[in-house]
Amino acid sequence: MKFLGRQTLRIISGFGDFALFVAKSIQATIGSRKLFRRVVRAFYEQGTLCLPVIIIVGAFTGLVLGLQGYYVLNRFGSEGLLGTLVSLSLVREMAPVLAALMLVGQAGSALAAELGIQRNSEQIVALETMGVSSHGYLVTPRLIAAVIVFPLQTALFAVIGLWGGSVSGSLLLGVDSGIYWSSVERAIEAADLRECFVKAAIFGLLTISLCAYHGFNAHRCRSATGARAVSASTTRAVVHSSIAILAVDYVVTSFLV
Amino acid sequence: MDPTSPDPLLQVDGLHKSFGDHLVLAGVGLAVQRGSVFSVLGPSGAGKSVFLKCLANVLRPDSGEIHFDGQLLGPSDPAGRANFQRRCSFLFQNNALFDSLTALENVALPLEQTTNLGDDEIHERSLDALRQLEIHEHASRHPGEFSGGMQKRLALARAIVTRPELVFFDEPTAGLDPLRRNAVFAMIAKYQRQIGFTALIVTHDVVEALIASDRVALLDRGRMCFEGTPGEFSASKHPVVQGFRDSSEMLGSTLAAIRDGKNPLSMSHETE
Repeated sequence: MKFLGRQTLRIISGFGDFALFVAKSIQATIGSRKLFRRVVRAFYEQGTLCLPVIIIVGAFTGLVLGLQGYYVLNRFGSEGLLGTLVSLSLVREMAPVLAALMLVGQAGSALAAELGIQRNSEQIVALETMGVSSHGYLVTPRLIAAVIVFPLQTALFAVIGLWGGSVSGSLLLGVDSGIYWSSVERAIEAADLRECFVKAAIFGLLTISLCAYHGFNAHRCRSATGARAVSASTTRAVVHSSIAILAVDYVVTSFLV
Repeated sequence: MDPTSPDPLLQVDGLHKSFGDHLVLAGVGLAVQRGSVFSVLGPSGAGKSVFLKCLANVLRPDSGEIHFDGQLLGPSDPAGRANFQRRCSFLFQNNALFDSLTALENVALPLEQTTNLGDDEIHERSLDALRQLEIHEHASRHPGEFSGGMQKRLALARAIVTRPELVFFDEPTAGLDPLRRNAVFAMIAKYQRQIGFTALIVTHDVVEALIASDRVALLDRGRMCFEGTPGEFSASKHPVVQGFRDSSEMLGSTLAAIRDGKNPLSMSHETE
């Protein structure tokens, strides 16, 4: 019972600590100097460097959706609805969730490890002794970039996925290309796009905050110190972010649908 | 530099700091005069770095008072703290340089982030700091490409670029060979005179600190057990000062005992 109580308190205080961290990082936007340059660098880290993984995973997701969708719809003689199935699956769920998971795997883990190493080598403390807000310098630009880059990467994922669905459906399995693309056009509504981008922005803010939080606090790791603390905090960052994406996806979907 | 001057740049009184049950600082106090080099000596684990980090606002002391330029620095006075940080710099034991930035960007960082200077002036002042430390030819290189001594100079360039009044040095010679140790102390003394900042150094290098400092203090088990000039330190009969000062002689006698086939550990127990 005591153990349960202690764990509950630890989780609640963890949530509080995380909320304070995010609030401090957002507040640091005011008065942070030369922020634009650092936002551009964060754009490069989360955007340009993650393009290959978004393109590859987006293409294969579309290819598989086209393939599976074709065989399911074929049973009912409704292959003409393949575009609808692929587009709605991608835009409403798969693109925001999978793109966010991929971005966490690449940009989020790199961010957690970078901040963990900076904490270990006293670079973060050095900023504070200079009178520079470490949140404003290291975290704020990443959060600003995430809110913009995640929706853009999600849009790219969805477009590549639709193209993948068309390749497997039309090119390989013989669904008429015109029918595929016209059903895509008819299926997607403004509300679907809004849901897609709202989810992507929320996932971006949440996961990059979580990754930054774990890296930033690598020195508070109880189970390890030094390099192992960095590795443990990076692992925690990726695991917590992945769980958060799926949990928040359910919550946001239930509100938006 | 009169040590009894009523107007020290930094005055510390009764500083306490503990981590859980472990008391690290038990009422430490000192006064650092403007324009002087003050070294705090002490064995490893004596609390020197914790003391310095409490002064530099990296750690919050449990109790005690810190006056900078006559003003009390309190946790409830963020403006006073910010003013203090603007006028001080900290040189870390491991340099804490940003490895993703070039040497020039490292030095420009505090100017970019804490001043309203234009890009051209920041560039010029950063290059000047690198020039003073004779590493301006490597301005576009990253710290990872530098030798240990050059990294130390780069860290010092970053520390002095804001023209601070007080520079904290945390074990500036840790892990360096004797030649480099001398070079680092010579560098601190040279630029301290050239630029005119006040230096507070924590170190366990007795010989170098005695040569380079105007005043020294000895921290042992969280208490300041000596404060005075290097001459007074050399003449002190305080047992802790003597033990610390004569550690090399003690090593000689321990080695002699080993050569004679005696157990030096049992000898040290006997002397206790």
